[in-house]
Amino acid sequence: MITLTDFLLVGALLFCTGMYMIVSKRNSIQVLIGIELMLNAAILNLVAFGKYDKLNNGGQVFALFAIVLAAATTAVALAIILNVYRRYKTIDPDEIKNLRD
Amino acid sequence: MTLVRLLFYVMSFIAIASALYAALSKNLVRSIFIFFVTLFALAGLYVIALADFVAVTQVVIYVGGILVLILFAFMLSGRETLNVIQHQKGKFINMAKVPAVILAVLFLAVIVNIILKADADNLPWIKQAIAQQNEITPTSSTIDNIGVNLMTTYLLPFEAISVLLLMALVGAAHLSRKEGGA
Repeated sequence: MITLTDFLLVGALLFCTGMYMIVSKRNSIQVLIGIELMLNAAILNLVAFGKYDKLNNGGQVFALFAIVLAAATTAVALAIILNVYRRYKTIDPDEIKNLRD
Repeated sequence: MTLVRLLFYVMSFIAIASALYAALSKNLVRSIFIFFVTLFALAGLYVIALADFVAVTQVVIYVGGILVLILFAFMLSGRETLNVIQHQKGKFINMAKVPAVILAVLFLAVIVNIILKADADNLPWIKQAIAQQNEITPTSSTIDNIGVNLMTTYLLPFEAISVLLLMALVGAAHLSRKEGGA
């Protein structure tokens, strides 16, 4: 049988990959993909633990909530990225140093 | 039993390998499309964890919604996004990436250490759940139970998240409107 530790290890690897992307990438869209990877690692942990809660289904229901939250996050983040591109003509997070005024 | 284990290894290998490729690739489009593969492999992992409804939701929302949204943003932001990638290729080992690698590897070491020490399979509440047969088995169907729970036990977070989603969509539409109109 597949143990919980296996799922947790896969989740940890995905989380660290996402963190590497967030820290190192020079493109906001790739940073966003890194955030999605970290969210997915968290959802994997929720689902793996949710297996031991048949009556209340806490893990699975909150995994669904987390997926919906990820959708909301992505929509707002992409709107912000498009605005930043319109203003600065670049989406490199290192280049964006100025406030509006 | 062994087939499930084999499938688990295949799925997790695909998920991790494609995530690493998405992280290391210098090409944004390739990075986005390989992220599709990661999400599908993760949906497979959810099925192996006996959460089939979450797996289907993952495919519908992530693959059908979020990735298409990311592709739209990529196409709307034009050629400049590709130029960022052009002038950083060349060196095989980029010195600017070394701190990020060190951070990620050290964090991974900490997490793995904690996971191995926590010994999640022998936690008291998990043993109790197995003893009380509160464990999802491959033959049990969970979707009707999820529906009932969503409308009873988790009604308040469900409503809260619906309001939040509405706010996020209105906010996104407001943010992405043309400048100067309002």
